[in-house]
Amino acid sequence: MNSAQIEIQLIASLVAIACAIPGTFLVLRKMAMISDAISHAILPGIVIGFFVTQDLNSPVLILLAALTGIITVVLVEYIQKTGLVKEDTAIGLVFPALFSIGVILIAKNANDVHLDVDAVLLGELAFAPFDRLLIGGTDVGPKSLWVIGSILLVTISLLILFFKELKVSTFDTGLSASLGFSPAIIHYGLMSVSSVTTVGAFDAVGAILVVALMIAPAASAYLLTTDLKKMLALAISFGVFSAVFGYWVAHWLDASIAGSITTMLGIVFLLVYLFAPSKGIIAVMYRERQQRTEVSLLTFLLHLKNHEELEERHVNHLYEHINWQKVRARSVLDLAQKNNMILIEKNIVSLTKKGNEFTSKAIDYIITNEDSQIEDMKDDFFLFRG
Amino acid sequence: MDISKYIELVFTDYTLRTITLGTAILGAITGMLGSFAVLRKQSLLGDAISHAALPGIAIAFLITGAKDTNTLLIGALVSGLIGTFWIKSIVTKTHLKSDTALGLILSVFFGFGMLLLTFIQKQPNANQAGLDKYLFGQAATLVESDVWMMAIVTGLCLIVMLTFWKEFKLLLFDADYTKTLGFNTKFIDILITVFIVLAIVLGLQTVGVVLMSAMLLAPAAAARQWTNSLAKMVFLAAIFGAFSGVFGTAISSTQNNLSTGPVIVLVASVFVAFSFIFSPSRGLLFKQIRVLKNRRDLELHKTLAFMYHIAETHDNISHPHKIKLLNNFQGYTKSTLQKLVDKNYVERNGSMWNLTQIGFETAANLYTKQETEDE
Repeated sequence: MNSAQIEIQLIASLVAIACAIPGTFLVLRKMAMISDAISHAILPGIVIGFFVTQDLNSPVLILLAALTGIITVVLVEYIQKTGLVKEDTAIGLVFPALFSIGVILIAKNANDVHLDVDAVLLGELAFAPFDRLLIGGTDVGPKSLWVIGSILLVTISLLILFFKELKVSTFDTGLSASLGFSPAIIHYGLMSVSSVTTVGAFDAVGAILVVALMIAPAASAYLLTTDLKKMLALAISFGVFSAVFGYWVAHWLDASIAGSITTMLGIVFLLVYLFAPSKGIIAVMYRERQQRTEVSLLTFLLHLKNHEELEERHVNHLYEHINWQKVRARSVLDLAQKNNMILIEKNIVSLTKKGNEFTSKAIDYIITNEDSQIEDMKDDFFLFRG
Repeated sequence: MDISKYIELVFTDYTLRTITLGTAILGAITGMLGSFAVLRKQSLLGDAISHAALPGIAIAFLITGAKDTNTLLIGALVSGLIGTFWIKSIVTKTHLKSDTALGLILSVFFGFGMLLLTFIQKQPNANQAGLDKYLFGQAATLVESDVWMMAIVTGLCLIVMLTFWKEFKLLLFDADYTKTLGFNTKFIDILITVFIVLAIVLGLQTVGVVLMSAMLLAPAAAARQWTNSLAKMVFLAAIFGAFSGVFGTAISSTQNNLSTGPVIVLVASVFVAFSFIFSPSRGLLFKQIRVLKNRRDLELHKTLAFMYHIAETHDNISHPHKIKLLNNFQGYTKSTLQKLVDKNYVERNGSMWNLTQIGFETAANLYTKQETEDE
């Protein structure tokens, strides 16, 4: 690993952390798409800023572009407030228009601007180490490292200072307003941080990766935990992991680093989405199947309880009367037998004492919906845990 | 170049005619289908789908090694559909909200697509150049067969829409009712989604991945402001979309260095802004005018009511009073008094005023619901 590679990975990791923090709150506040809007809409701000400063890493440009991001948010909210269209439509109308203006500005001044629309979307992390910051003639590192480093520093200090306020206003706007924290200030504060982060990161990694780095780690973390601090920590680790790992994949494939990091983020999310312990798709589907079997079991037990006649309790009758497929009937029968709830003698099914009690309790629960009576059943059955 | 010359060129020049026709058809179909997306509150789905289509283009190229537009678009269609259904599954199966799902799929698919594109660019295959036109679109690369393709899909879409019009409309406004009526809502839902994806994919070559969502939304959002009827909205959106395409092409072709996609989007945005402001029933301008008019009417009524209470204390309702009396009343100005005189509610003699019979009756009825006349 040479120093340029280390620097690239360092920049990518810092960007990942700086994006994961506001991203977590955006996901929790159901405003994830705003980050997409901001990342596109800052383009005209960047172009105009570039005309003024001629330097992509200048703080003036970052502020100008971040201002465009905030203008986008205000514009979206204004359009939404008129009630003429829904919020998502407002977002979808504002950012393509601003982005188009940016693209046209670049195209019209192609000769003067050293800006390329592809670079805006993708960034070029590989070149980041070549643009160095010189202080008094000494080389102190790549410029983008300093830019994103200072943004991260501000973000982290704001997070620590206002963690409580952010938490309250994210989960209970009404409470936070009544406690005296203005939701508007926190909202616009978060929007400003998101805008600044997007602009600062966009030079290194491009507009789309910023969106991915904000949303994907937070979404993956949200599937694993419901604790805000844990979620932040998880999101940051997912981001950093994807950044470093993605870099090496890109190195190996000789392809875009930003694209590769995004792909890694996607793979991380896919894995979490499939295998998360309680909210992953496999866990959810398993639970749903269990519940379906348990409902069938209950129906079956009730049927037995209600029918004394032998022919109603014959094994074959299950297939006919209740109209379950054979496989299903088999598994229900097995489950009931395993739990000692039924006895099968000469193909005649009857309830055991335990089965009888269980059924009565279950009916009680269904009728009264009281939890206390079925505490001991909860261990065996998913159905009553809801 | 003046306008008549340009119009002449549109009909004679092959490239210009193809592009104009192509963008017009594209605008029409996206406008039509966009109406459904907007009304179903799936506005940003278009954005996600168009981004999600990118890896499909790259993979189709990697598999076939050819740059045939139709093959690439089939790849885009497949990957767009995968993205759409993944979004739906995230929203229904987990507690992540739709905005998160949209943003996630959008950025991840796009990033993956870019990874593949940059990977393809490094391949020793001379054929690979020009795949990045799908990012921002290049209307100039449209050929006649592309336009035919668009026309065929638009025709297909029209036929399906007219056949299932009733079902589409029902599902749009009352999904539960549709289900109770026995319609297969899942099928209708998938049908609409597939056509939206199809329209987006068709536009990728012209407008590009990034700006395609605006083509879907803007005409529909503009059309929504002018009517409350679905049929009219779909029709208007198609018109707006088509005109955005035609005007956008015209503007970009008369200037150097102006790509068509962004110009079309900006023209569509102008349509939206115009509709937001000037639509008679919902527009901001007329809404503001109505607010002002209501405020003036209220002041007029207040003055009239005040006069009524004064007149009430006299046996003769037409007993004259001094205008000065009104001065300590807020709603009174000279112009409101003049208006009351014009309406024949009040008579004025020098510095005195008195209510007329009509004015008295109107005032008496002001706060009862018997007043049928709408002021």
